[in-house]
Amino acid sequence: MLKIKDLVVKVEDKEILKGVNLEVNTGEVHAIMGPNGSGKSTLANVIAGKEGYEIVSGEIWYKDINLLELPPEERAKLGIFLAFQYPVEIPGISNATLLKTAINEIRKARGEEELDAMEFLSLMREKMKLLEMTEEMLSRSVNAGFSGGEKKRNEIFQMLMLEPKLAVLDETDSGLDIDALKIVANGVNLLRQDMSDRAIIVVTHYQRLLNYIIPDFVHVLYNGRIVKSGNKELALELEAKGYDWLKSEDKVTV
Amino acid sequence: MPNESVDINQIAQQEYKYGFYTDIEMETFPKGLNEDIIRMLSEKKGEPQWMTEWRLKAYHSWLKMEEPHWANVYYPPIDYQDIRYYAAPKRRPLKSLDEADPELIKAFEKLGIPLEEQKRLAGVAVDAVFDSVSVATTYKEKLAELGIIFCSISEAIKEYPDLVRKYLGSVVPPTDNFFAALNSAVFSDGSFVYIPKGVRCPMELSTYFRINANETGQFERTLIIADEGSYVSYLEGCTAPIRDENQLHAAVVELIALDNAEIKYSTVQNWYPGDKEGKGGIFNFVTKRGLAKGKHSKISWTQVETGSAITWKYPSVILQGDYSIGEFYSVAVTNNRQQADTGTKMIHIGKHTRSTIVSKGISAGQSNNSYRGLVKITANAEYARNFSQCDSLLIGDKCGAHTFPYLEVNNPTARVEHEATTSKIGEDQIFYLNQRGISKEDAISLIVNGYCKEVFLELPMEFAVEASKLLSISLEGSVG
Repeated sequence: MLKIKDLVVKVEDKEILKGVNLEVNTGEVHAIMGPNGSGKSTLANVIAGKEGYEIVSGEIWYKDINLLELPPEERAKLGIFLAFQYPVEIPGISNATLLKTAINEIRKARGEEELDAMEFLSLMREKMKLLEMTEEMLSRSVNAGFSGGEKKRNEIFQMLMLEPKLAVLDETDSGLDIDALKIVANGVNLLRQDMSDRAIIVVTHYQRLLNYIIPDFVHVLYNGRIVKSGNKELALELEAKGYDWLKSEDKVTV
Repeated sequence: MPNESVDINQIAQQEYKYGFYTDIEMETFPKGLNEDIIRMLSEKKGEPQWMTEWRLKAYHSWLKMEEPHWANVYYPPIDYQDIRYYAAPKRRPLKSLDEADPELIKAFEKLGIPLEEQKRLAGVAVDAVFDSVSVATTYKEKLAELGIIFCSISEAIKEYPDLVRKYLGSVVPPTDNFFAALNSAVFSDGSFVYIPKGVRCPMELSTYFRINANETGQFERTLIIADEGSYVSYLEGCTAPIRDENQLHAAVVELIALDNAEIKYSTVQNWYPGDKEGKGGIFNFVTKRGLAKGKHSKISWTQVETGSAITWKYPSVILQGDYSIGEFYSVAVTNNRQQADTGTKMIHIGKHTRSTIVSKGISAGQSNNSYRGLVKITANAEYARNFSQCDSLLIGDKCGAHTFPYLEVNNPTARVEHEATTSKIGEDQIFYLNQRGISKEDAISLIVNGYCKEVFLELPMEFAVEASKLLSISLEGSVG
């Protein structure tokens, strides 16, 4: 579903990703772990198409589409969703308006009919219940005045509403207490119930989240490269040993 | 992403949507202004002697005045002798639309405001001003049954001289300011509305303005009188074609509300703002003022300003009657090199008077947007109340927003509140919305419409839709 080949990315003349290779197939859940500054968020943002990154070389293919040629909204319309590490506040636009616009843009792109107000409302109610959210959040401006936990939950709510094909979660667990973490993980697992045309990438610093979202594959991103890949056991190994032991491995691979 | 910048550039290069020139035979005066021109103008319009003298008096006051330069706007000097003060389509007068020049009708259709359509669909009576002469006034008979007068000011001068003489210049005297004096001397046409006692005008009254003839200053004059216990909602909306020379527009609008009367005046202004370098575009120097003269009277201004190269405009309310109410709701958008210095004045004279100011400024490109407002509570205005809210929204980092609130409180029982905020549409917000499948232009439009919601709610329904579209057009290509 997603194929990243030798991706080299610069930010303000500094090389952040130094040749990333990654293949994610339909039905799989991948975890990308790594210490701060290893390039995890850069990778997530480049997949989503954020500006301000210089793609020096490499390719990103989604199915058989060259993603790097598309603006972010076109990628979103293909079903790529990014749950933001730091969701921005957008005063003046209600959550409901954002979602209705987003869903209908994506439906339009897929050649489906727009949802009418009633269908939309019942869909929202259903998903909110799953995430233990209150309905007054719908009329509030997007993320405005939300606590850190509420913002993250709102990201997962949007993800469930938009039903992405490829969901990328950028450190969604950071800043969450254990109860909120469980709710967020529960949301991801709901999406996981139907993986027939879907893949999920979970970017995280800690192994903690992976207790609740069991990944099929774990990759360690270190200093701009994926230095180690394995199954869920790798996450536990990282939890036990920390990231320091990778430094020596990194040197070996260079 | 390289692709995106291409798209944005394309959008940014879209030309002013309503820029076209209509080829209609015009009758024009020679350039320049002097007593003879004014006499000629007055004669051309078949005006009575008192009107000619009124104009000449205004002209002599104007000669002694100087063009004001206190506003936060900059433009090359205007040569008032290089302007043509009269231009009119040759064939007139017309009794109905069928008699109008087909070219003219075509022009209206290009603007998306076919009069026939308007009449049938919207139930709006349209007094269409094409350059300087009213071409068609519709729905007049229906309104006449209720005793409502809705006609061109030229017609009113002839048909209702008592009303005109009583009220013309009573709110904005010819000596009020430089541009008002100029307008009083040379105004070509405009609208006149009179709502009799106790009558609630059953439809929105509407005028579409259009500046068409090359190098012709447009000097509109509007006078609206709401007699005791009456109500009227008036809409003003306009577009203008592309022009290289700057065009001067100096309108005067006077509103008078007597006891228990209410006037709601809404404007959507979309004149040519000039090109990206700031060349061309309309200079809009307008004096708009309402007199809430009677007890419990109410005057409400709502404006959405997206056009003009320069806007100098302060729709004001004089709250003279006890318990009278003044309101000002404004959205002013500037993009590229547009400059706007706009706001309001609320002059509290009566007791228990209340005023509300909600101003939303949006600046993009390299534009400059200033809010300038005066709230004055006179010594006799016991228990006056004012609430002001001035918000500025910046798009990009080359534009400017300024707020100049002036407060003069001369009565200790007054309560005056002022709130101001400044915010910025950030790239992060845009990207967030992009990532949810919403394009850059739609994202800006969503944010801006959310920001302006309070003002749009004050507009009549069909106008609100138009205004929201207009904002999107005006801000196209503003984030790249």
